[in-house]
Amino acid sequence: MTFEIFTFSFMHRAIISGIAIAILCSVVGLFLVLRRYSLFGDAIAHSSFGGIALGLMAGIYPLWTAYGVSIVSALIMTRIKDKFNISGDASIAVLLSSGIAVGLVIIGLSGGFTLDIFSFLFGSILLVNVNDTILILSLTGVILIVILLLYRQLLYSTFNEEQAKVSGIPVEKINYLIVFMAGITVVTSIQLVGVLLISALFVIPNVTAIMYGRGFKQTAIISMSFSIFSVVTGILISYIFDITPAGTIVLFAIGIFACTMGIKSAGLLSRHH
Amino acid sequence: MLKVVEIDHLTIEYPDVKAIDDINFTVSQGDFLGIIGPNGAGKSTLFAAMLGLNTKYKGTIKFFGTDIRKSKNYLKEIGYVPQKPIFEKNFPATVNDVVKMGLQKESDESKIDEILQQLWIHELSERRIGELSGGQQQRVFIAKALVNNPKILILDEPVTGIDQQSIDLFYSILKELNSKQNITIIWSSHDLDAVNKLANHVACLNRTLFFHGESDDFFKNDELVKQYSEASMQEHMHHH
Repeated sequence: MTFEIFTFSFMHRAIISGIAIAILCSVVGLFLVLRRYSLFGDAIAHSSFGGIALGLMAGIYPLWTAYGVSIVSALIMTRIKDKFNISGDASIAVLLSSGIAVGLVIIGLSGGFTLDIFSFLFGSILLVNVNDTILILSLTGVILIVILLLYRQLLYSTFNEEQAKVSGIPVEKINYLIVFMAGITVVTSIQLVGVLLISALFVIPNVTAIMYGRGFKQTAIISMSFSIFSVVTGILISYIFDITPAGTIVLFAIGIFACTMGIKSAGLLSRHH
Repeated sequence: MLKVVEIDHLTIEYPDVKAIDDINFTVSQGDFLGIIGPNGAGKSTLFAAMLGLNTKYKGTIKFFGTDIRKSKNYLKEIGYVPQKPIFEKNFPATVNDVVKMGLQKESDESKIDEILQQLWIHELSERRIGELSGGQQQRVFIAKALVNNPKILILDEPVTGIDQQSIDLFYSILKELNSKQNITIIWSSHDLDAVNKLANHVACLNRTLFFHGESDDFFKNDELVKQYSEASMQEHMHHH
């Protein structure tokens, strides 16, 4: 029975999509974590809830409306934050609550909670179809290519905005690009862990990897490895024991984080040679 | 001598205070200019305008004969070392990563090793930036500023919070860059002795330009030094 699950095509799709999402969330999340923007993913996810509700009410595929609503609201919020000098955490709170508020009102208007809503709140990776998988793989590919092409600009403006500006890097444009990529990543990842647990994939593998890695690329690779391990093991274990994949995946990531802290407190983890 | 920087009637106002009040000066190629002045004299404000970080100023700033409002190309020829580089303490970047951020063309990667060796930080290249001492970090930021072979190096009180041994090494590196590689240096400091030893030109800034000229003309004129010291002392008392 245990090995049988590797023969199911829905399991192939789930694992392939899961790995792509794990890589995507790790890389985009690393930039957000280092910019002290850890909860931004969460805020975008909550605003996408409004988009999902809108799609369900209008009879449009909810993820399309979620992409539109989250990206647009994240960009608007970033603009407002810069223009009116609102702090990062406060702008996250505004974005987060407006998305949920809009979603709740729309759901109320269209007759209350349905099963569809729950699958978006908690993820439904075992239900992804071939088209979803192709979309997830394509978006992951495009975002990774953009990151590789603009690697120096992204890293430098994350490291120190002022110095990046002096080196002639268009820091504002890079900031909007990161917000845009975060928007796409969040909505793409909803299928894996749902709206409520997205920030876990953005943050936990990265804060763990930062304790191990020295350079940026090394840290990103370690983070991806932890993330892929959590996602694949989480999907398999949750299927075998018939529990929710999203919770299981996140608990594996938290487990690695907890072990790392244990190793670190015991003095076993040192970067000095 | 070719003028690389021309500051003409520069005034920078904040809502309640004039941070820079109508200053004029020029810097020639190969100059080692020390800008001295007490805290709050406008040194960092001046640099922010020169580096294009603050565009709300009156007057003109020219680099290599071109108004910086018209083109940002001059930034390619400038290496900038900030007062205290701010970054996340546990930012996962090695010394090598940080210096590479400054590199405009990927093709020049061999340059990184050369610069690291020149600044005595070659052995640190795979260490994380946050693990280094203040003096070592400062040298990494100079390496980053130098990696594109800049014509001008701008340093904003670069030795704040650094031990004396590192400061001495830092100064000898600056002197060498200026004399051997003919890099123009614009350096702000409130250490009069160091400026006296290193710089060949001095600008005394205290919102207005109190003096600008050859270093000797300033330091050999006791009356000027006394006036300057009194003015900075008053400013110092005012701030406390």
